[in-house]
Amino acid sequence: MGSNMAEAHPVGFQWVMEAKARGARVVHIDPRFTRTSALADQHVTLRAGTDIAFLGGVINHILTNDLSFREYVQAYTNASCLVGERFEDTEDLDGLFSGYDPRTASYDASSWAYESVPVEERPGGRAKEQAAPYQHGSGGPPMEGGAQGIARDLSLEHPRCVYQVLKRHFSRYTPEMVERICGVPQDLFLDVCRAWTANSGRERTAALVYSVGWTQHTVGAQYIRAGSIIQLLLGNVGRPGGGVFALRGHASIQGSTDIPTLFNLLPGYLPMPDVTHESLAAYLDGVRRPGQKGFWGNADAYTISLLKEYWGENATEENDYCFDYMPRIDGDHGTYRTAMDMVDGKVFGYFLLGQNPAVGSAHGRLQRLGMANLDWLVVRDLTMIESATFWKDAPETETGEIVAQQCRTEVFFFPAASHVEKSGTFTQTQRMLQWRDQAVEPVGDQRSELWFFHQLGLRLRRRLAGSTDERDRPLLDLAWDYASEDGEPSAADVLRHINGIDLRTGRTVGGYTELKADGSTACGCWIYSGVYADEVNQARRRKSRFDTGPYDAEWGWTWPMNRRVLYNRASADPQGRPWSERKALVWWDAERGEWTGHDTPDFERTKPPDHVPPAGSSGPAALRGDDAFIMMSDGKGWLFAPAGLADGPLPTHYEPHESPVRNLLYGQQASPVRKVYGRPDNPSNPAPPEAHGEVFPYVFTAARLTEHHTAGGMSRQLPYLAELQPELFVEVSPELAAERGLTHLGRAHVITSRTAVEARVVVTDRMAPLHIDGRVVHQVWMPYHWGQVGLTTGDVVNDLIGVVADPNVFIQESKVLTCDIRPGGRPRGSDLVDYVEDYRRRAGITPWTGVRIVTAGGHDGPGHTEGDPWEGPS
Amino acid sequence: MGVRRWIRAWPVYRQLTGPDPLGRGKAAESARSAGLVPRTERADRVVDSVCPYCAVGCAQRVFVREEPHEHVVQIEGNPNSPISRGRLCPKGAASKQLVTGPQRVQKVRYRPPYGTGWQDLDLDTAMDMVVDRVLEARRKGWQDRDAKGRTLRRTMGIASLGGATLDNEENYLIKKLFTALGALQVENQARI
Repeated sequence: MGSNMAEAHPVGFQWVMEAKARGARVVHIDPRFTRTSALADQHVTLRAGTDIAFLGGVINHILTNDLSFREYVQAYTNASCLVGERFEDTEDLDGLFSGYDPRTASYDASSWAYESVPVEERPGGRAKEQAAPYQHGSGGPPMEGGAQGIARDLSLEHPRCVYQVLKRHFSRYTPEMVERICGVPQDLFLDVCRAWTANSGRERTAALVYSVGWTQHTVGAQYIRAGSIIQLLLGNVGRPGGGVFALRGHASIQGSTDIPTLFNLLPGYLPMPDVTHESLAAYLDGVRRPGQKGFWGNADAYTISLLKEYWGENATEENDYCFDYMPRIDGDHGTYRTAMDMVDGKVFGYFLLGQNPAVGSAHGRLQRLGMANLDWLVVRDLTMIESATFWKDAPETETGEIVAQQCRTEVFFFPAASHVEKSGTFTQTQRMLQWRDQAVEPVGDQRSELWFFHQLGLRLRRRLAGSTDERDRPLLDLAWDYASEDGEPSAADVLRHINGIDLRTGRTVGGYTELKADGSTACGCWIYSGVYADEVNQARRRKSRFDTGPYDAEWGWTWPMNRRVLYNRASADPQGRPWSERKALVWWDAERGEWTGHDTPDFERTKPPDHVPPAGSSGPAALRGDDAFIMMSDGKGWLFAPAGLADGPLPTHYEPHESPVRNLLYGQQASPVRKVYGRPDNPSNPAPPEAHGEVFPYVFTAARLTEHHTAGGMSRQLPYLAELQPELFVEVSPELAAERGLTHLGRAHVITSRTAVEARVVVTDRMAPLHIDGRVVHQVWMPYHWGQVGLTTGDVVNDLIGVVADPNVFIQESKVLTCDIRPGGRPRGSDLVDYVEDYRRRAGITPWTGVRIVTAGGHDGPGHTEGDPWEGPS
Repeated sequence: MGVRRWIRAWPVYRQLTGPDPLGRGKAAESARSAGLVPRTERADRVVDSVCPYCAVGCAQRVFVREEPHEHVVQIEGNPNSPISRGRLCPKGAASKQLVTGPQRVQKVRYRPPYGTGWQDLDLDTAMDMVVDRVLEARRKGWQDRDAKGRTLRRTMGIASLGGATLDNEENYLIKKLFTALGALQVENQARI
């Protein structure tokens, strides 16, 4: 779902085809009919933005018909845990959960906690401003007392046990409701339910694949939660052939999350310190709670080892390991906030490192106007990209909004080294690090980022040498002495330090369990610890698939600890025996007293399945022998999330921010905690219950092509790829073509309240009109790779999209919005500005449109605008 | 060329007498084609690499020739990979053009404020200019404490975006250096 794997990840899709050839049934659920649909056994078209309604229907089907894998659910999930009496569900509050504050549009999640767990009131405003849930990328959120007895009802009958709470929450998600919301006929929906449940359980497993079709929504994290709930109920997590697979879109996008260039994260999903963390102890208290279970309990060792890697000998116990050198976050410092701050003149310098926001980020116009208002901009890339040349050829130069002679931004373009001109690791989508050897030297001024940032650091330190300013200490005390190879810092040596070093012996540690909280180890990223075990670059291993077993343990290295299947303890029953012989992965070998199997066990090797920890233990020692989810604070897979999410403990169907229809399930129309930026330069199209939605009557979605890569910097300049996909186009159904007078291969333009873009029309049955609650809804699709530079050029599709985001992770809702489409080319020059202005006027759009976000219970909630935005239609 | 060789060079003759009666294979081969050798055969070195586009992580083999200067002659899939089994998609298969094409910029380019075109700039000078600007932007955006007196120790003057196509080791140094500078608006495609 939410993935066009055959076209976006074609080489990975060979394994789906392999499975199909061996008898697996492949179901593709997506708004568009694509090559993935063509190769699947079944394709289900649904309205973009309604996946939770569909998935909620599947959950309801499983619970109503008692089709869950009962023993798995009882043993490994939190189904039996009792939720506190203060919890109120969306069933009770017209689409809101308990704890909602309309003023900050956030939740105090304390009422979602388990009955027996102590919690303090936690206003959600701060967590929401920092995208705090993103910090749980390698384990669950902290929870005090997770190791102590949580009140349970193993019969799953108690009205407040998670299983019953779940049943009640999803009871409205009936096949009839799925049909009315998603436009999926009931028989087709039930067919998918039957396929999913029949292929799960003791003997069979089903895998779930998603991509950015799921993440780029205001409720994206809850899409994935909904899929995970199904997979947990059916026993499809931690087992061979099961799982929830995120297909990521860039060579090291997984790596750049693990070792983040993200404002709210440090390596290994340690949170970035915020203003409430005046000391290391205060910080650690926020990461792991007293009496919590699992390996997050050792967060002190991971954090102190990171500080030792950052500041070396200067980091000592006496000075809190230089914790105070860390800059503190205190709000939203995400990329969209930063772009708006650039427009507002609050940011002076910007580095773009292999990224092209002028084309690749939502609301390209906002991005470009921001970059045009900087003191300086550094672009590092292989080729000239739109983000480097905006001052002379951006769409705004056509409308007169950017004029080179008046644009003050100083631009430095540094040519980058390519993937064959440097060595290093990429982390691919299943957490595998693969090392690349350098093949050739780069030419001219081309340099790697490793060289650039190492050099920048050396030069900054030289410039500041002798400074007595306290603010310069973190830079001057930084450990910046990596081994060098021919004047370049050695990537292998950096990887060694990421792996971790035992400072007493100077040798690499074998894994994160060897990290210490006493300053005797230094480690750059605890989850990568083990990648350089035994002083060997494990990511460089290339043992051929012809010479190894099905799990290929000696090709590359997968975090954590080379485990290929996460939480694989769950592949065995509570007693440690495989659930079935044909689905055996790891199991307990009683004779040798250890876990063994085809994969590296994701469990303490010698902890027996019947182990019961002594009272008062915490951290890993508190994990029972059947606590398969070793990173969770209670050792269980969470059907219900008692903490950690900004938008509710259970997925709930909300309409997208821009939608042509009213929410049929609740008075609350769209996510009540979605992150809006109400400003005149970021208008929204109106959505019910607001008036004038008919001005933008169609559902719009965008996606990739096989032959181009995101913003096009690595594809539109290549002759082969430019020839294979030479022009921007828009796909519409024959019915919509007739309605709007569009002709196949003719020109058309798509309009939103942000701008209009022009493309060639493709009329195709692939875009089927949907019947939504008695009316026909048309969907429009465009690929988004084009810009004004390259061998093939075209309008920037991302310019159509406004900025509104998921409150958990601040990812924008770019997979669904509303639009109009008209035949012929768009107006040119300043006429374009007038044309879009006229659309905004007709739709009655102001900075308040779309930002009065509470609609439950007939409330007229406050508008979430920035300061005092200029009034009237923008 | 003797008459017999001349006749054998005639495709129709080879179609009639050889194993390729439809003339779609060996029978249609010219002398020039017969003498061609794959670029990969003439490579001096083969280097293990990974495709730089999507996140599947297909293994590549980079074929390098040393003469007349070190250069990439071909990039192919690696059949040994348990991930890709030697296959590449159109983008991965085009990655030799990505690496060797004329679109690659080789020199630092500089556009001064209010400028209408690019200028040349020496790499060393450019690096020092960036050092100046980083320190100045850092100073202008510096914040020691918030209104409640809590530690901030940061600058809001510098931002960064990128990393999803870079190496883990590079991202590590980027985050480390920016953190030491007090710059925290460090962002990535993973947010997008």
